[in-house]
Amino acid sequence: MSTSQPTSVVSTSAPPGGAPPGQARGARRLREPHAAGSTRGLIVKIALMALVNAFGAYVVLAAWAEGSFGILWSMVALVVVADYVYFSRRSLPMKYILPGLVFLLVYQIYVVLYTGYVAFTNYGDGHNSTKEDAISALLAQNERRVEGSAGLPLAVIQDGDGNLGFAVVRDGEVLAGTAEQPLEPVDGAVVEGSAITDVPGWTLLPRAEILARQADVTTLRVPVSDDPEAGSVRTQDARTGYSYRPSLEYDAAADTMTDLTTGTVYRPNAEGLFEAEDGSTLGVGWRVAVGLDNFSTAFADDRYAGPFVRILAWTFAFALLSVVTTFLLGLFLAMVFNDPRMRGRKIYRTLMILPYAIPGFLAALLWSGLLNRRFGFINEVLLGGAEIGWLTDPWLAKLSVLGVNLWLGFPYMFLITTGALQAIPHDLLEAAKVDGASRFRTWRSVVMPLLLVATGPLLISSFAFNFNNFTLIYMLTNGGPRFTDASVPLGHTDILISMVYNVSGIDGSAPKNYGLASALSIVIFVIVATVSALAFRQTRKLEEMS
Amino acid sequence: MRRSITLTAVALSAALTLAACGGDGTEEPAESEAPETTAATDGGSITVWVDETRQAAVEAAAADYEAATGTTVEIVLKNFEDIRADFNAQVPTGEGPDITVGAHDWLGELTANGVVAPIELGDKASEFEQVALDAFTYDGQIYGLPYAVENIALIRNTALAPQAPATWDEAVAMGQAAGTQFPILLQVGETGDPYTAYPLQTSFGAPVFVQNDDGSYTAELALGGAPGEAFATWLAAQGAAGTLDTAVTYDIAVEAFKNGQSPFIIGGPWMLGSFEGLDLAIDPIPSAGGQPAQPFVGVQGFYVNAQSENALLANDFLVNYMATEEAQLALYEAGDRPPALIAAADAASSDPITAGFRAVGAEAVPMPSIPEMGAVWEFWGVTEANILNGADPVATWDKMATDIQGALDAA
Repeated sequence: MSTSQPTSVVSTSAPPGGAPPGQARGARRLREPHAAGSTRGLIVKIALMALVNAFGAYVVLAAWAEGSFGILWSMVALVVVADYVYFSRRSLPMKYILPGLVFLLVYQIYVVLYTGYVAFTNYGDGHNSTKEDAISALLAQNERRVEGSAGLPLAVIQDGDGNLGFAVVRDGEVLAGTAEQPLEPVDGAVVEGSAITDVPGWTLLPRAEILARQADVTTLRVPVSDDPEAGSVRTQDARTGYSYRPSLEYDAAADTMTDLTTGTVYRPNAEGLFEAEDGSTLGVGWRVAVGLDNFSTAFADDRYAGPFVRILAWTFAFALLSVVTTFLLGLFLAMVFNDPRMRGRKIYRTLMILPYAIPGFLAALLWSGLLNRRFGFINEVLLGGAEIGWLTDPWLAKLSVLGVNLWLGFPYMFLITTGALQAIPHDLLEAAKVDGASRFRTWRSVVMPLLLVATGPLLISSFAFNFNNFTLIYMLTNGGPRFTDASVPLGHTDILISMVYNVSGIDGSAPKNYGLASALSIVIFVIVATVSALAFRQTRKLEEMS
Repeated sequence: MRRSITLTAVALSAALTLAACGGDGTEEPAESEAPETTAATDGGSITVWVDETRQAAVEAAAADYEAATGTTVEIVLKNFEDIRADFNAQVPTGEGPDITVGAHDWLGELTANGVVAPIELGDKASEFEQVALDAFTYDGQIYGLPYAVENIALIRNTALAPQAPATWDEAVAMGQAAGTQFPILLQVGETGDPYTAYPLQTSFGAPVFVQNDDGSYTAELALGGAPGEAFATWLAAQGAAGTLDTAVTYDIAVEAFKNGQSPFIIGGPWMLGSFEGLDLAIDPIPSAGGQPAQPFVGVQGFYVNAQSENALLANDFLVNYMATEEAQLALYEAGDRPPALIAAADAASSDPITAGFRAVGAEAVPMPSIPEMGAVWEFWGVTEANILNGADPVATWDKMATDIQGALDAA
């Protein structure tokens, strides 16, 4: 489906009657002083730029508050550039293309660069964040409650020096301590119900104060006694404390994790995991750069070797056939409706464009319902209850995918070929007629070449689009029916991009591996770019011909 | 004039551009500004992600918490399907919520990514259904506050079948005797539905993974071998007899049962809304292979962000305000799933339907939350569908077991 393609008809090179460059420049020079004198325009301009600047300042402040300095500096740069472009007299062309450029930067170039960066890391499940985060997660996951220890009513307290501590009630007795000073009984403490209301020698922290220092409170560990085996009291809600003992210890100086029960030492390895001598690893890893590993693993798994070749072939066939069928049908209809003898052409043309107006993913879902084997409209009503497996038979499924894509894509081709046909000068067709060329000959030798020059770039972009037409495949067949002879969950209508979705586990069939997904997307980009570049060279030849 | 129109257009589009590119990066900061600014005020603030079905119930509990402590609870409505990926992506950036609603089978992924914090239920642990706690336990630690248990059971239309069947064959016979179009309904679909078919598989003694003594799963596959092959052979027979059909999807099954076209349907409480007006009874799923038919239990609960700056409040809210009978009953009213808190479940069991599902759930097994499960789902359903459609049962099933093992080894 071609909904997201640029819809403008590329004009067939420079219009023959265009003004010579010198003339245009002269005209602009004439207009400029006039424009500078328009005060109303200036006021509007200043007002709008003030809005832009105000927005920029807001984003900068918000980014500052969040500590997102990347966004902050990009915003500053964008605002400065925008101000320069719209207030300087020397940057007229930029005034028109700057918005487009900014969109390009944000939505294309940034995304491409980020994908490129991720392709060289192992970002994915198990390597979701930084090493710091992984260490704190490992320590949190491996701090265990001392078996059989009871929950103790708890209050957060402070000594005269401002050190935080806990007061707990154990067996009716109030004990208090800090991180350095193990719990000791306190005389004269007052307990009402399960709440500690007074601890002599300590200040009870009010709730607001506790909340302001949440991080300190949740990380505070007060040893139960001098014996480390007894564990330390910690709290998660500032109401109840429990004795905990770590089973894993991080040595920041040596950068190692030690399992306190077995004594095993884990060291960070090149894959972003803590690894012991025997090769066992700890559960949480972090993101590291892995160089070209993603590119090599993409082709190393021999379970994918067979399906890959078949999917590659089908992807090319699908993209090519989609372009050819939609183009031919669109062209045929355009020629029919271009005939002045046809009545009600406007109504027909409007109707033709309807499939184009329906969102592609919706249409694909709709079609998958219509094509259902037993209960679909096509089988049940049109074919009188025939149970044809439109989406479950390997070849019919391919045919259905192409058919649905034809339905979705022909209005676009219809539109652009209508435009291009109307741009073909009539005198050329007359000349062919005078020369005695048959209708077919005229079509083949005059109309087609001119048409291809006009639509060639759009056909190439349509090819590139269909090459990555994930939505259609995902919504219509989800790649099915499955290959019965392959050992990976791929199917007869899977294309490369839906295969990437599976290989990298984004579909949930394996731990997600965004690094691998990015690497494979880059490979697909290289394929599409090569094909497009070759095709563009061909169309340039056509241009020279005309 | 013309000039100024162009200018307006250019400037407008510039403004839009900047808005778009700013929005790209600032949409999250803007969202999370609230906790930081309000943290200075007395009660603090926490952010909770919920989905539509739970929104009202969580809001009610949050209102109690706000009244009791002065803490502001900000409820953010999300699509349930988006929560898992968004939580994984946003927690490391510091933008994640303090608490999110979630399903227990995300646990393996969430712990491997280090985005969830263990939660200490203390003495409260004994007040929860054991199966709910088991589901939220990973490597000996509890990572979420469970609030609802959901599982499938045999839903019976008492007008068509006055008595509960003991075995699958008996159910089919009763269905045929009732003279309805389908003797028994079990959704399958073109890509299979191993979740719904699982109790029948376990009745042949072929669980998906080997379980430890404490009920947790190992990564060792158990669905292959003779019991699995026996189940596959049985599937093929049902497919040939027409009792099970891949054309029967969820929608078709529910519609048919609603119209009285079958006395039985195997399904969960989420279907009940469609069956209003029918006189229903909930029974254990009839065994096909002689052993007990144990369905999967899914447990819903709340996770705490491992990097939450409001961990104290988040735990306080969950352990002291969401683990109460009122809160769990409110969630039950909203979602119809039996509560995970025993006291609340007892109260909810005054409804015989809920009691029926709960009784079946008590005998069921938690759905594995280990990351290996993803690989199994991919192959499992399609294989069952193929066997129902006439593929050689034993060979197809064995190939599936080999393929899953291959996927596990590659991961």
